[in-house]
Amino acid sequence: MTTLDTGRDAAPRASFFNDPVIRGIIYQVVVAALLLGFILWIIGNTAANLAAQNKTTGFDFLWRTAGFDISFSLLPWSRASYYWEAFLVGLLNTLLVAVVGIFFATILGFTIGIARLSTNFIVSSLATVYIEVIRNIPLLLQLFFWYFAVLKAMPAVRNSFELPFDSFINQRGIMIPKPIPDEQFGFVWIGLALAILGVIALRYWARKRLEQTGKRFPVFVTSVAILIGVTSLVFWISGASVDFEVPVLERFNFRGGLQLPPEFVALAFGLTIYTAAFIAETVRGGIQAVSHGQTEAAESLGLKDNDRLRLVIVPQALRVIIPPLTSQYLNLTKNSSLGAAIGYPELVNVFSGTSLNQTGRAIECIAITMLVYLTFSLLTSAIMNWYNARVKLVER
Amino acid sequence: MTDIGFVRSDFVEPRPAPSPTSGPMVWMKKNLFATPLDSVLTVLGLAFLAWIIPPLWGFFFGNAVGPGGTVEECRMENAGACWAYIAAEMEFFIYGFYPATEFWRPNIVFGLGALLLIPLLIPKVPFKRTNAVLILLVYPVLSYILLAGGMFGLRPVPTEMWGGLLVTLILSVVGITLSFPLGIILALGRQSQLPIIKTVCVMFIELIRAVPLITILFMASVMLPLFMPQGMTVDKFLRALVGVTLFTSAYVAEVVRGGLQAIPRGQYEAAAALGLGYWKRMWFIILPQALKHVIPGIVNNFIALFKDTSLVYIVGMRDLLEAVKTKNDAAIEWQSANTATTGYIFAAMVFWVFCFGMSRYSIYMENRLNTGYKR
Repeated sequence: MTTLDTGRDAAPRASFFNDPVIRGIIYQVVVAALLLGFILWIIGNTAANLAAQNKTTGFDFLWRTAGFDISFSLLPWSRASYYWEAFLVGLLNTLLVAVVGIFFATILGFTIGIARLSTNFIVSSLATVYIEVIRNIPLLLQLFFWYFAVLKAMPAVRNSFELPFDSFINQRGIMIPKPIPDEQFGFVWIGLALAILGVIALRYWARKRLEQTGKRFPVFVTSVAILIGVTSLVFWISGASVDFEVPVLERFNFRGGLQLPPEFVALAFGLTIYTAAFIAETVRGGIQAVSHGQTEAAESLGLKDNDRLRLVIVPQALRVIIPPLTSQYLNLTKNSSLGAAIGYPELVNVFSGTSLNQTGRAIECIAITMLVYLTFSLLTSAIMNWYNARVKLVER
Repeated sequence: MTDIGFVRSDFVEPRPAPSPTSGPMVWMKKNLFATPLDSVLTVLGLAFLAWIIPPLWGFFFGNAVGPGGTVEECRMENAGACWAYIAAEMEFFIYGFYPATEFWRPNIVFGLGALLLIPLLIPKVPFKRTNAVLILLVYPVLSYILLAGGMFGLRPVPTEMWGGLLVTLILSVVGITLSFPLGIILALGRQSQLPIIKTVCVMFIELIRAVPLITILFMASVMLPLFMPQGMTVDKFLRALVGVTLFTSAYVAEVVRGGLQAIPRGQYEAAAALGLGYWKRMWFIILPQALKHVIPGIVNNFIALFKDTSLVYIVGMRDLLEAVKTKNDAAIEWQSANTATTGYIFAAMVFWVFCFGMSRYSIYMENRLNTGYKR
């Protein structure tokens, strides 16, 4: 019954259950209760299972000796090393292959992305075929192909293929000469650092001058000249030299040089090829996102070709390209975990695989592994949020 | 003779014909030799093609050993792809260890699936609703009964014996059908005004998206048994399915969220002003518009799911890739220089056909639904 209520709130209230606020609270309480119950149920089950299997939990295993071999490690590794060292080895191997993969995938991806936009029919068709073939085949299959079908089919050590610059390729990977700088070489690094500082100063000065007087200065050419000139001058004056330790075939294997194991080569190569196809699509989308009107406007301002690209097109394209590009980098890092399938000792292989099997600490090992990837992801998205806020269009 | 005005006394010289604006020569000038750099690139590209096509042709066709060939031919010097190996092991690649006498059961499932799916994908065919109900509700039950057996006098076939393309297709079809609604619910949850629901959804999505699928499958394989009550075992197939579905649903959720955010606020307000409840608002007004926007993204996720099914070897399933790898490593009677290569190329072609088909269909759908925004 509605009565003529002259009180504060005359709105006719529907039934108590139809009030959106109260409903919201009820829904949330139900969800929270179900979730809590589910978690408690899982914890109870896990505890019972662990007790039944006489397993202990905890992270104390990290300070025990691991006692297994790792085929490829940037840190000194022996069977007497601890599990936390195994973790570090795995993490570093993941980072190594990710950095190498990102470097080459970026170069290849940008090249192919630009090639796809080319007006040249053959160039753009080749780029399209590359992208459509590579994108639609699972990465794991590609890794198997490179590892089992290509690298394992390479000749044995005795009949290695010779590559240029005293490099060899065979079943055991790629052997390249290893540069060994002598003591004087430190000066060259110092010289390079000074040259970089000089270039930064030069750019700053040229920009100031351009703003004040409108006079241009050939910054790029001068910068390259400074970098090369100063570095080689220091190299010459200090008498530094670089020796190359060439890999030499001995009775059973190569000695010396830098030996890249086939697992690493296959993984880095596969990740590069695969991710480059996605980067190429990102680059193409970014360039196409800059409307043609921008090019025309820049031309009508009288900008030269070079300046038009550098000042108008590229900055706008980059704003579109960089966020998905970063997520491709993150994907590449996550995909490097597939190295576990071809025996590259990266984080998942070393920690969620070998260490887990040896210690039986399933929950701890997987939690640590996931935490590492979670950190990568959160770091990336933090950087991206900062970048997006910086390049956001300021509209009136 | 008059000298007033000007009268032409001779014919105007015919002007040269205008340069043609169409035809093969013009096309080549425009697309292959527009600038000197272009000409160089064209020559380089043609040289690359001339360098790569003959060996590829030789490998795939010229020197290849066709189906029905013998292993001796595959082992010969200069032999190309060993298609005979693929033909001989085809049954294993399609069915895995499924018993040969029962092949008719997966065959019916394949056939029925195609029969139901194709009319659903062609826009002109009527009875879409009936078709959808059949394929979403009746078909899965029927397929499960047929494949697993143990009912109606069918011989039981445990999931450990399933394999090959059969597993790849089941995993991806079920994964796609389950992860799509789950992703939509997660996306709606993430947009929700209710703080607890929102937090739960955000945490789930961000956690899943942050880690590689391989760790989730590891988790499904070593941790899921710990989470279940004692004595209860989870089928390997189910573990793989849960892992792949949860993983994809988080990605679908992010794509759908993009679509939801692209809908102007006025649409939400107008729907509310009509007095519709939350679910009706979403179902009739918001989702149809939002999903239309994000079809390419969702299909990309499905393609990724299809490719990701190759990772389920972690939980011990023998999908197409793993079946090929098993045979490559183990089929001693087919050992030759090109056996493994041929096996992987075959698997790659199968994956490629499905993924490329999906991406083309999504482009077609996108154009068809692109109604409101064309001017």
